[in-house]
Amino acid sequence: MAVYRSVDDLVGGTPMLDVSGLSPNPSVKLFAKLEGYNPTGSVKDRVALAMLEGAEADGSLTPGSVIIEPSSGNTGIALAMLGRRRGYVVKIVLPGNVTAERRQMLEIYDAEIISSPAEQGSNGAVRLALELADAHPDWTMLYQYGNEANPQVHYRTTGPEIVADVGDITHFIAGLGTSGTLLGAGRYLKEHVPGVQVWAVEPPAGEQVEGLRSLDEGYVPPIFENWDGAALLDRKMIVRPRESIEATRMLATEGVFSGISGGAALAGARKAAASVESGVIVFVVSDHGWKYLSVGAWTDDLEVAAAHADDVIYF
Amino acid sequence: MAVTVRLPTVLRPHANGQSKVDAEATTVAEAVSWLVGQFPAIAPNLLAEDGSLHRFVNVYVNDEDVRYLSQMETELADGDELSILPAVAGG
Repeated sequence: MAVYRSVDDLVGGTPMLDVSGLSPNPSVKLFAKLEGYNPTGSVKDRVALAMLEGAEADGSLTPGSVIIEPSSGNTGIALAMLGRRRGYVVKIVLPGNVTAERRQMLEIYDAEIISSPAEQGSNGAVRLALELADAHPDWTMLYQYGNEANPQVHYRTTGPEIVADVGDITHFIAGLGTSGTLLGAGRYLKEHVPGVQVWAVEPPAGEQVEGLRSLDEGYVPPIFENWDGAALLDRKMIVRPRESIEATRMLATEGVFSGISGGAALAGARKAAASVESGVIVFVVSDHGWKYLSVGAWTDDLEVAAAHADDVIYF
Repeated sequence: MAVTVRLPTVLRPHANGQSKVDAEATTVAEAVSWLVGQFPAIAPNLLAEDGSLHRFVNVYVNDEDVRYLSQMETELADGDELSILPAVAGG
């Protein structure tokens, strides 16, 4: 094994695991891209590192800068760890209803947590962060939802890693949060693998956005529009909490300790597998399960664990 | 076709507080025009001036986003469930 000089060098290059044992169709192979193997345990290390490097290169971050970012958790944790090591002050706008572990991890890395209203979910965190960035022009918002470095790093790293490991991929399936993974890796795949399909899975949003006053408060990330996500995606579906948690538990039977969005991606992958005669499906397990232990995702009765999704943001 | 339309919290006040309503429709477009016919106050929330879906609104048939099916012409079968939701980010 190599000796790494910096934790930055541990970002990306994640393992691909054959989990075809979970395929409902014997003629369809299933592969899991295990993003939990990044240093802070999620795919967001790729995005955070790329955004930091980009902002340093263009001069918007200088030594001692203050960073503000809206995040439902993973991006915040990644920015806090990687950003603090570079000497920045990191402030994360976090919805009030994320799991306790997300809050704790931000504290471990000395981030300042600014709470946004739970009932407005991630959309409320984005809105508050935009307001704060406006009010504090000396703070730097890297803005994962609008930062080209987000889809670009997936185009540059995640996509090529997938093609190198599973060149005969027929379907790529990932959770839709900022849309960065789907756009970047999805575009790379479409350019390099003829006929590949890109499917998005979404958490059911309704329960998390009770506080939105109108449908106009819905939010489509600027990168989704800049990268023409509507043309890139072949399908987009909601996966319900019960199904997501059931699939997350299935992953554990294969030794994959996944977060809930990885379960949702597996559920989408199994739907795809059932709908085709044969194929090779890659889905993204975007984080490890550690940050969801407190909500009983594995240990509570399935219905009880699913009901928690009404109160807690999993994506 | 007898279908069910599920309404998000923000639209319920415009539909006598109901969270779901029954409709007769063969396409998503028909279901939406039925809905705004019954509850006209919903229309400006749901539709842009040209009658297309507002960009921050997603409509699903049995949890599949209709933008990636046949959009407003997506066909409905008996028992289908339409959901209308605001677009939501994560990350």
